Amino acid sequence: MELYVSEFSKYVIALLITIYTYECFAVFRYEDEERRSGIYTRQNIIMFAFHFSCFLVICFETGDITYLFFYAFQQIVLYAAVMLFQMLYPKTNRLVINNMCMLLSIGFVILTRLDLNKAIKQFIIVSGSLAIALILPFFVHKFKFLKNLKWIYAIVGISALSVVMILGQTTYGSKLSFSIAGITFQPSEFVKILFVFFVASALYKASGFFEVFTTAVVAAAHVIVLVISRDLGSALIFFMVYVLMVFVASRNFLYILAGAAGGTGAAYVAYKVFRHVQVRVQAWKDPWSVIDSAGFQVTQSLFAISSGGWFGLGLFKGTPDSIPFVEADFIFSAVAEELGIIFAVCLILICVSCFIMFMNIAVRLNDKFYQLTAFGLGVTYIFQVFLTIGGGSKFIPLTGVTLPLISYGGSSVLTTLIMFSIIEGLYMIKQDEGEQERKKQLKKQKRKKKKRVVTTTEEDQDDDLEWEEFLLSEEELARRVNSKAGNRFEDDEE
Amino acid sequence: MTKNKRTEGKPQKKNREIMIVTWAFTLLFLCMAGYITHYAITHQQELINNSYNGRQQMLLAQNRRGKIYSADGEVLAQTVTDEEGNEKRQYPYQNLFSHVVGYASNGRMGVEAQANYYLINSNAPLSQKASLDVNGEKYPGDDVYTTLDVELQQIASTALGVYQGAVIVSEPGTGKVLAMVSKPDFNPEEIEEMWDTLIADTQSSILLNRATQGLYPPGSTFKIITALEYIRENPDTYQNYQYQCNGSITRGEDRIQCYHGSVHGTVGFTKSFAKSCNSSFANIGLSLDRDSFGDTLDSLLFNQKLPVSFQSGISKVEVFENTSDSDMMQIAIGQGTASITPLLLNMITCSIANDGTLMKPYLTECVKNSAGSTIKTFSPSSYGRLMSEQEAAVLQDLMMNVVEEGTASRLKGLSYTAAGKTGSAEYGTIKGDSHAWFTGFAPAQDPQICVTIIIEGAGAGGDYAVPIAKRIFDAYFDASN
Repeated sequence: MELYVSEFSKYVIALLITIYTYECFAVFRYEDEERRSGIYTRQNIIMFAFHFSCFLVICFETGDITYLFFYAFQQIVLYAAVMLFQMLYPKTNRLVINNMCMLLSIGFVILTRLDLNKAIKQFIIVSGSLAIALILPFFVHKFKFLKNLKWIYAIVGISALSVVMILGQTTYGSKLSFSIAGITFQPSEFVKILFVFFVASALYKASGFFEVFTTAVVAAAHVIVLVISRDLGSALIFFMVYVLMVFVASRNFLYILAGAAGGTGAAYVAYKVFRHVQVRVQAWKDPWSVIDSAGFQVTQSLFAISSGGWFGLGLFKGTPDSIPFVEADFIFSAVAEELGIIFAVCLILICVSCFIMFMNIAVRLNDKFYQLTAFGLGVTYIFQVFLTIGGGSKFIPLTGVTLPLISYGGSSVLTTLIMFSIIEGLYMIKQDEGEQERKKQLKKQKRKKKKRVVTTTEEDQDDDLEWEEFLLSEEELARRVNSKAGNRFEDDEE
Repeated sequence: MTKNKRTEGKPQKKNREIMIVTWAFTLLFLCMAGYITHYAITHQQELINNSYNGRQQMLLAQNRRGKIYSADGEVLAQTVTDEEGNEKRQYPYQNLFSHVVGYASNGRMGVEAQANYYLINSNAPLSQKASLDVNGEKYPGDDVYTTLDVELQQIASTALGVYQGAVIVSEPGTGKVLAMVSKPDFNPEEIEEMWDTLIADTQSSILLNRATQGLYPPGSTFKIITALEYIRENPDTYQNYQYQCNGSITRGEDRIQCYHGSVHGTVGFTKSFAKSCNSSFANIGLSLDRDSFGDTLDSLLFNQKLPVSFQSGISKVEVFENTSDSDMMQIAIGQGTASITPLLLNMITCSIANDGTLMKPYLTECVKNSAGSTIKTFSPSSYGRLMSEQEAAVLQDLMMNVVEEGTASRLKGLSYTAAGKTGSAEYGTIKGDSHAWFTGFAPAQDPQICVTIIIEGAGAGGDYAVPIAKRIFDAYFDASN
């Protein structure tokens, strides 16, 4: 019986995730949230079906029915998250919430399979973090003074990182964390958000050479402290986020070139100076030659990725535990081994879909501070995903960062949930902006319409159109208004 | 998505930068997803055989190693479980397939190594697995069907007798290997008991598969390659070639003798080849363009890993612009530093027989699960051309002449027409010690099988290797008639 369940479920799980991923991109066909709501509801159903199938397999494979209780708790929390976000913030973007919950449930499944104790701990942290995430959009939405705290972000950020550098615990050569009252924090995770806020608040008004230079000094301070603490992954993320945010704020390609030149130079120096950087690069170029030392993790990870085939070995059928730190840095490899390559690719695409939605929100925000914040958070998220998946699959050298929302690690998951909820807050700001624009446009349009001679049939059409326009986003609206009235929307906006 | 493109592809001007970053990351992730998929699927088998990969042990604990069959369905290797649950790998033909099928303990070799992935995985029907689960038994691993023919293998092995050496029989049109013998051989069932003595004895080369990994001086069989290069360089005039052989050729201080000092008199191109005249071929060697010869050797797969899925040695014959006349004379007749594996010689012969196209040699025909359904089929695949059709045709004629009026005359006047080239490759310092070579195919007009034989230290190829070829051809064409 369990054989049939585990064999059959492999295909069911692959099918569910494939449909889910398709829907992730299908939503972009529609401009407004209401038309998307059917898709979102389908996604929720698939999500729960996936979660249930996985736990069914886990129960059969382990022969332990108590997993079902754990499942029930997870299900309640995820369901509550989906419902509460909708109730509290009717104007939220549900794709972000759905993807967040989907990624969380994938994380729960794979962590439960790897280490039940860690999964329970993670579940408790996620539950608490979700509660925080639930109220944050409100504050982001209402607190307009966030853009004025530029130096506070910088000072808090650098001091938090410095404290770790000086007092932190050394884990495998890197100083990443410190403990208060038995709880271990990894401040570089939280500082990522502060850093995005810092850059956004420093550059939203003006992004001339002076502003770029002062922020560069602060950014360099972050990066240097992290490099000294040997947290290379975070250092890279800060660097990347800074360069891209400056590029978007200044709209100047030269900064990308300067960033690339500076980055290459810094990477070269780091390679020459630091022994552990050389080891990492060596382990990337040819892990097989150092298979029992520096290349061990990567090769074990490659074994895992390549052993599952399209549909995976099935939960509990592989040996992902042979990879050191599998539940934090190499969770993607465990997913690929037991749930298959199709699933792994879908997982990558879901992350990309989150990112595109973040960017979509950033594009539509008129307020530059909020726009930069959304953009910075999106880049932080996707670049971290890139580092961990690319590192574990030998696409790029290994840096040892977590896969957001899936990996084990309280600081990581809390930070990511905060990021997602800030994005939700920004989305609401965008909706407000959109509504104001719409009102303005409708008024203007009506005024113009009166001046024109219209036939009755056209009038009817216009009535329909008006209702449709109300549902449309301001961009689509602008296009239509432009074509109807021959008016440049962009010019009005200034 | 198309609608999406419209709105996102034409962003408002102020957001162009964000769109660039979005597309850049999306592209990057698509590349990464493609890379991961490609890597995972193409490395699945290779990585499972790595000794650092614990998944192999996991599969062995779960599945019973599958069987290996000959092409006609005879069991060549199987795992049996005794009453106490101990597994033992049995090889019903004992020594006969020792190298080609190999062994699976103390490391792995042969088909056991090459097809390990299939043998340790189980695609047994779910219903069978479920009922085995109930009894707590292991699943049967998938069975591997080889291309090997028990009868031909037996004839080749018996014919080689107590000599050391190797025999390969293959189909030029498909690349299927029908027989592969290497002697001395061993009983793979006793590998564990023999292991310590084998390892302790550093001189022993029993475990070496001479057919694929043995490196021998090619001797006169190399004249096939010298002849090919000469035809390539002189496509219109090679037939006008003439040489006066008086038993040896001298250039500076170097002297090349014909085998056993024979004097061949006036020889043309065809006769030089048929009689295997060393003096004449050394003379041809001196006339060859060294650069072009170097390229030809590389295109014939010398000095590189062979395109086969089993272990093989690297044959070495290197010619550079500054290769001396002395070396060129030696290389032209396959002596000196030249070395070749019987496998490569067989592949070159096959491509001549197959009008210039080389089919990649392979040993595994298909994989079936315990219920007999086919899991995977290995189809013949072409490596590409080693020579043009015209060149192949010329070489076929040359090799037919070797049988008609040359050193392989023992194959003349049979129910089939054979073609080939003999070789007596001198080795060591004592004059006259030589390995006997033969490589050839039959029927000459429509080649069905290709045979390559080396017998270490036996003497002249025409005397020792050709009779073995004859026995194999006889058996093959009798059987198919």
